[in-house]
Amino acid sequence: MSNKGARGRLPARFSAFDLMRRRRSWPQAWRERDLKSTYDVVLIGGGLHGLATAYYLATNHGITDVAVIEKSYIGGGGSGRNTAIVRSNYLTPEGVRFYDRSVKLYEELAVDLNFNVMFEQRGHMTLAHNDSSLRTMRWRAEVNKLEGVDSSVITPSEIKQLAPYIDVSDHSRYPILGALWHPPGGIIRHDAVVWGYARAADAAGAHIHQNTEVTGIDVEQEKVTGVTTSRGKISAPIVVNCTAGWSSLVAALAGVKLPIVTRPLQAAVTEPVQSFLDPVIVSGSLHVYVSQTARGELVFGASVDPFGSYSTRGSLDFIEGLAGHVLELMPSLGRMRVLRQWAGLCDMTPDYAPIIGPTHVGGFYVDVGWGTYGFKAGPAAGESLAQMIATNSIPELIAPFGVERFAAGTLMGEKGAASVGH
Amino acid sequence: MLLIDCPYCGPRNGSEFAWQGVPSPRPDPASTTPLEWRRYLYEEDNLAGWVEERWKHRSGCRAYLIIERHTATNEIRAVRLLGGTPL
Ligand SMILES: Cc1cc2nc3c(=O)[nH]c(=O)nc-3n(C[C@H](O)[C@H](O)[C@H](O)COP(=O)(O)OP(=O)(O)OC[C@H]3O[C@@H](n4cnc5c(N)ncnc54)[C@H](O)[C@@H]3O)c2cc1C
Ligand SMILES: [Zn+2]
Repeated sequence: MSNKGARGRLPARFSAFDLMRRRRSWPQAWRERDLKSTYDVVLIGGGLHGLATAYYLATNHGITDVAVIEKSYIGGGGSGRNTAIVRSNYLTPEGVRFYDRSVKLYEELAVDLNFNVMFEQRGHMTLAHNDSSLRTMRWRAEVNKLEGVDSSVITPSEIKQLAPYIDVSDHSRYPILGALWHPPGGIIRHDAVVWGYARAADAAGAHIHQNTEVTGIDVEQEKVTGVTTSRGKISAPIVVNCTAGWSSLVAALAGVKLPIVTRPLQAAVTEPVQSFLDPVIVSGSLHVYVSQTARGELVFGASVDPFGSYSTRGSLDFIEGLAGHVLELMPSLGRMRVLRQWAGLCDMTPDYAPIIGPTHVGGFYVDVGWGTYGFKAGPAAGESLAQMIATNSIPELIAPFGVERFAAGTLMGEKGAASVGH
Repeated sequence: MLLIDCPYCGPRNGSEFAWQGVPSPRPDPASTTPLEWRRYLYEEDNLAGWVEERWKHRSGCRAYLIIERHTATNEIRAVRLLGGTPL
């Protein structure tokens, strides 16, 4: 994009040199503002999706009279709790195209935002332990290649070369037959992404209101007119629901019902050890995935909890099951200690694909249904939403993800690529 | 973690039970419209509060249960057999 270079030349704001020269604390990265009584656009939810949309509205379209309304603190939802996996090796061509755009934006993001988001493209490996998953891997690899995404099926000996600590012998309970290998996939520093977008959106003129809850959405004659918040009323012709796990509750304020169930997703992290694991490893059959952070901790995750809930309390069931599965994959981790576990809320759709676009209430848009896989989607979702708002038309990239697909019966079928490997 | 007091088996670990969500009345397939049918299939209230859900004691007596649970705290205040008293 043409406007990238200029922003990339800004002086570094967070260098050690700068700290010494300054001899005082760094300036606030985003400001606290008074709540105005009217905005052009209100984005509900100060997670990655709300903040990225504010940023692209300002930088790509010059729309800066924008408020991001966050009931708690920015990044306090899924955006600060995820396991930060970024990849585009999905199953449906529509999904692959969309997530690939996001990977491309992530590749440029540190320069774009002038903020180190620590995107490490160390490769993403999905193991196959039986014929049917190997068949799905082949299918995915072909769909990926057709869309120009680097993705292929590799053999156990190639797996061993890329990740020597994995047990690829045929003595294990679930022998590994092969894997889907996706070199551009990797992990990122999720908080940095949130903060980088927040700082850039603020600098471009958007208002970020933390500790402000949307308690009502005003609708007149099937058109949105504004929102009621815990700090007062705002009138706005365009309101976007970017509240992920809470999105059903927020949509209900506007009289919109969604095909979403909120399920907790848990994750855990070990004490840090010396770096030994380069790629991200996912095993659908063992319901587990693992990556090693730059700091050396192992980050583990699994599938969503077995029942719907808005509670973010971790469970013993989870950590017990996880430990067992991790050890089947890497028996040598037996003496590692888990430091903490946590949970976040995921807005699950029946087809494991998002819901982006207009609703039956004019001016009220949704960007929800991000389930367990929406962090990687933030840049492309924000860019597309901003384009949709600015041009009042639906960009091709997100057209397949409208809510009307449920009434039309044209569901996406992304489950095979999204239920364990987020 | 849930502790569910099954009317047959007594208090048991929640992992023995299969969650089936909040049941909604099934429209008559003979007279419903496709739109109504898809609403029935996909749309959810997804409330944060007290709900009445259907569960199955999968790894126990296999009975279907109606459970009143608070979805924000996971507190359970009532468990009964689907369809009333045991046979
Ligand atoms: C454990 C875990 C691991 C995950 N791993 C991955 C992964 O590896 N890769 C990946 O791509 N995705 C992953 N995800 C999914 C990802 O975290 C989410 O899809 C993504 O963060 C959603 O971003 P968001 O901005 O839409 O929502 P959120 O970040 O959840 O933000 C929504 C915000 O809305 C606010 N809000 C809610 N109600 C209101 C209201 N009434 N008024 C004002 N504000 C309100 C909330 O406080 C919250 O801050 C994972 C999720 C979890 C929980
Ligand atoms: Zn029982």
